[in-house]
Amino acid sequence: MIVGQQKDFEEIKKMISSYNRILVLGCQTCVAVSFAGGMREVEILASMIRMDRKMAGQDIEIIEDATLRQCDFEFIDSVENLVDDCDVVLSLACGVGVQALAERYPDKVILPGLNTSFMGLTEKMGVWSERCAGCGNCILDKTGGLCPIARCSKGLLNGPCGGSMDGKCEISSDVDCVWQLIIDRLRALNQLEKLEEIFPIKDWDVSGHGGTRKIIREDLTA
Amino acid sequence: MEGKFEPLVLAFCCNYCPSCSADLAGSAKMQYPSNIRIIKVPCIGTVGTIHILKALENGADGVCLMGCLEGKCEYSSGNYRARKRVQYVKNLLGKLSIEKERLEIYNISAAEARKFCEIAREVTETVRSLGPIPLKIDNSKI
Ligand code: SF4
Ligand code: SF4
Repeated sequence: MIVGQQKDFEEIKKMISSYNRILVLGCQTCVAVSFAGGMREVEILASMIRMDRKMAGQDIEIIEDATLRQCDFEFIDSVENLVDDCDVVLSLACGVGVQALAERYPDKVILPGLNTSFMGLTEKMGVWSERCAGCGNCILDKTGGLCPIARCSKGLLNGPCGGSMDGKCEISSDVDCVWQLIIDRLRALNQLEKLEEIFPIKDWDVSGHGGTRKIIREDLTA
Repeated sequence: MEGKFEPLVLAFCCNYCPSCSADLAGSAKMQYPSNIRIIKVPCIGTVGTIHILKALENGADGVCLMGCLEGKCEYSSGNYRARKRVQYVKNLLGKLSIEKERLEIYNISAAEARKFCEIAREVTETVRSLGPIPLKIDNSKI
């Protein structure tokens, strides 16, 4: 899922400072799981904004809602009335959701309330970490299901480097060396021979270096 | 409100120990300030960030959470979670320049009626000394 983190309140305050009727629109999918942009966070942020404006003696009206999935046009069509009814939309979805709104509602200013951080998972309650960098050409079959592109600090394909020590990465003793994890896992799976294959230079074209990526399935297009 | 400021303090009390201590204080005719308004909750861990913010937004000058003693939560860790959440909300209040002391959490056992009254007095006096919450709300409507 997409993991996000709410922007600093000061930054949000500045973004919305000239607006008096705001739709705070969350997304109930990925970013709700990372406690950054679901309905719960919409209510909290709306309450803070109202209190802040009250103390400044400034009026504000806030409409609070959340779409089920903000990155799909069919899910954001349902909030058309709410979007029409406000001066600005403060979206608490990831950057995809923000852009979907901007595309669907070209006359409306859409502001991002989150920083979209990464694609990752919930390690445990309150802890999220990155797992995939969307490289467009998955190599997890060769690395025991652990991604060195997203999780090796140097993105090495033929690791580990000389900085790996006691299972930790040289950048910090808090960071696991993913290549150590890969070796441990391949050993446990009796697949250590996979490490003998040298990765050729990776084709990064499919990773966004060839321009914005797009997938077209002719059999599905109208 | 004319004259002396009387703070309004909302106390979220766990239905187990803290509510019993409040009942005990009542049946023993112990006095505690009427500024405290109690809301019973099934566990103090159920009090969310939004409940605390809404209380302050809608007229409370202070909020306190009363949970069972550490290690005695009926749901194992609700009171620990609540303590962390209180810290989190204090940080949010800091971003709004609202005094963090308006929010506090206490642990109390069912037998501690006297302690309940002391906490009620302490919280009321702390909030009284801070003055009304700096939000433009007509407190008399509450
Ligand atoms: S907009 Fe889509 S991708 Fe983004 S958080 Fe919501 S569901 Fe996930
Ligand atoms: S190899 Fe590429 S697609 Fe596979 S997990 Fe890593 S970044 Fe994601």
